[in-house]
Amino acid sequence: MSEQLRRVAIDPVTRVEGHGKITLLLDEDNHVKEARLHIVEFRGFEKFIQGRPYWEVPYFVQRLCGICPVSHHLAAAKAVDQLVGVDQLTPTSEKLRRLLHFGQTLQSHALHFFHLSSPDLLFGFGSNLKHRNIVGVIEDFPDLALKGVRLRKYGQQVIEVISGKRVHGAATVPGGMNKSLTIEERDRLLAGIDDVLAWSADAVALNEKVHMEHPENHGFGRLYSNYLSMVDKDGALELYHGGLRARKPDGSTIFDQFDYRSYYNKIREEVRSWSYMKFPYLTELGRDDGWYRVGPLARVNNCDFIFTPLAEAARQRFVAFGNGGNVHDTLAYHWARMIEALHCAESIRDLLHDPDILGSDLVTKGEKREEGIGVIEAPRGTLFHHYKVSEDGTIKKANLIVSTTSNNQAMNESVRSVANEYLDGNEITEGLLNHLEVAVRAYDPCLSCATHALGKMPLQVELIDASGALVDKLTKGSDGKIERDHN
Amino acid sequence: MARLNVTTTKPILIFAYGNPGRGDDALGPLLLEAMEQHQPPLAECQTDMQLQVEHVTDLEGRALILFVDADVSCAAPFAFAALRAKKDDSYTSHAMTPHALLHAFRQVYGKDAPPAFLLRIRGYDFELGEPLSPPATANLAAAVELVKSLVSTADISDWQQLGA
Repeated sequence: MSEQLRRVAIDPVTRVEGHGKITLLLDEDNHVKEARLHIVEFRGFEKFIQGRPYWEVPYFVQRLCGICPVSHHLAAAKAVDQLVGVDQLTPTSEKLRRLLHFGQTLQSHALHFFHLSSPDLLFGFGSNLKHRNIVGVIEDFPDLALKGVRLRKYGQQVIEVISGKRVHGAATVPGGMNKSLTIEERDRLLAGIDDVLAWSADAVALNEKVHMEHPENHGFGRLYSNYLSMVDKDGALELYHGGLRARKPDGSTIFDQFDYRSYYNKIREEVRSWSYMKFPYLTELGRDDGWYRVGPLARVNNCDFIFTPLAEAARQRFVAFGNGGNVHDTLAYHWARMIEALHCAESIRDLLHDPDILGSDLVTKGEKREEGIGVIEAPRGTLFHHYKVSEDGTIKKANLIVSTTSNNQAMNESVRSVANEYLDGNEITEGLLNHLEVAVRAYDPCLSCATHALGKMPLQVELIDASGALVDKLTKGSDGKIERDHN
Repeated sequence: MARLNVTTTKPILIFAYGNPGRGDDALGPLLLEAMEQHQPPLAECQTDMQLQVEHVTDLEGRALILFVDADVSCAAPFAFAALRAKKDDSYTSHAMTPHALLHAFRQVYGKDAPPAFLLRIRGYDFELGEPLSPPATANLAAAVELVKSLVSTADISDWQQLGA
């Protein structure tokens, strides 16, 4: 492949002219031997944060992502807790942070399923693009779409109540929280929670139905992968704080209850010349076999149970579908995602009934340290924030492993799998492009999250033969128009 | 089905969106900050990083809506025009266009969205961590003056005249 082609392939996803790009590399027999999904993410952020005071970090990192700013805020806040020598928050602060995180995860999962994925699942992967979108869902399934809108809105209300603002609020402080809930705020959220529970349960039921009624989708982009997630001390699903658990495809344990503050002993990041994004792998399994998946599918597969009853019942049906073992279907990400949304709704209800969230003991203090590592389960997967500070309290080193980075190899493998199944000859068809998008979307990667993209994400797919020559190129423009560029 | 809390006390909604940490993408949020200091009696200010479908709930009950966004394609200092509801073909992004949001409003509420306008402020540099570029700063100042003028009246004919 020419250097020029390599350079074009990693053009950054920018705000207006950005695009997702997939390069399919063929072998001598015209099989797809490798797929390269080009994503640029958080470019320069780790350098940008250097020299900033540590207490500002949870606020800066909210600007990384338009969908999950709260996840970055909380991961950074956990790291900052350690920098101020705090390992255990007060009950009020810990529960408020959990409430915030459940609200964030609920709204993000609702967005992902109802906005991004339900059009594919309800209308079919090959259906008319002009209708396969959230507006099409509103037209054909108005009740379902309204539930999605209101679920997301409710999650955002939780965030707003705790953070004080819809965007870039001031929820956390080093070692605690900025404020607790008032009785009025709690009651306002309680007023809507029963509907939210019902809508979440409906979303789980819909996903079960869609997945089970379409066995042809089970193998779509399926990967027999390792899985990484946090679990609590009893092995339950845990989104805010716990130990790391990694399992092999057959469910056997690689490590369990591992303290995430030593994550670098278990995870390494490989750099590849064609991508700005790193490729993490589990050290014990090595570069070739150590790649893993994170996110809802990993979490629901990895946990032993869920401590809220409705979500646990849903998990058991999920496990039964997998005959007691891991479910590897890539499209089951959506199903697992809605199980988690239901868990979030149940957890929000439980926390709203907990008097601790009204408490006034908000901040814990300790002895300052030079290093802090915060990890949470963000909506798309395990999120690592690692900071080292100088004596003056400014950041001297930062390392972030975001969920999309952890799923990097898996997304490429899913794309390769789908391309091999749907590539016919040496021509990229619109159908192939659609199917590739569906595979990528299951992981919900952050493509251009940090800047809004006017609702448009052009996608380009290139086909490169064994000699390195460009065989075909198809681009779906920002207006949905398909253009072919034969070499 | 529970109703969500929507404040509809002021007839004009200014909805500015963009990422304040991405250079000139902050034009919308910064315009909103300026307007909040101005405290327009007829307008309520709201912001978010991106437009999403749930924002239809923010539009209900308004007399006029002003969306504000950074843009790299319009002429400096800004472009101001009326918006029409339009279905958006794109479905892979995390964000919606304002015209698609108006279309979604019609689908959700069974009626047309309130009259809406889009103010696009010319931006140039959208890199993470960068401040507002000097030319964008000048464009923002001009846009703020326009919006001050707009929100002094909730009369659509005045807006249409300015947007013509």
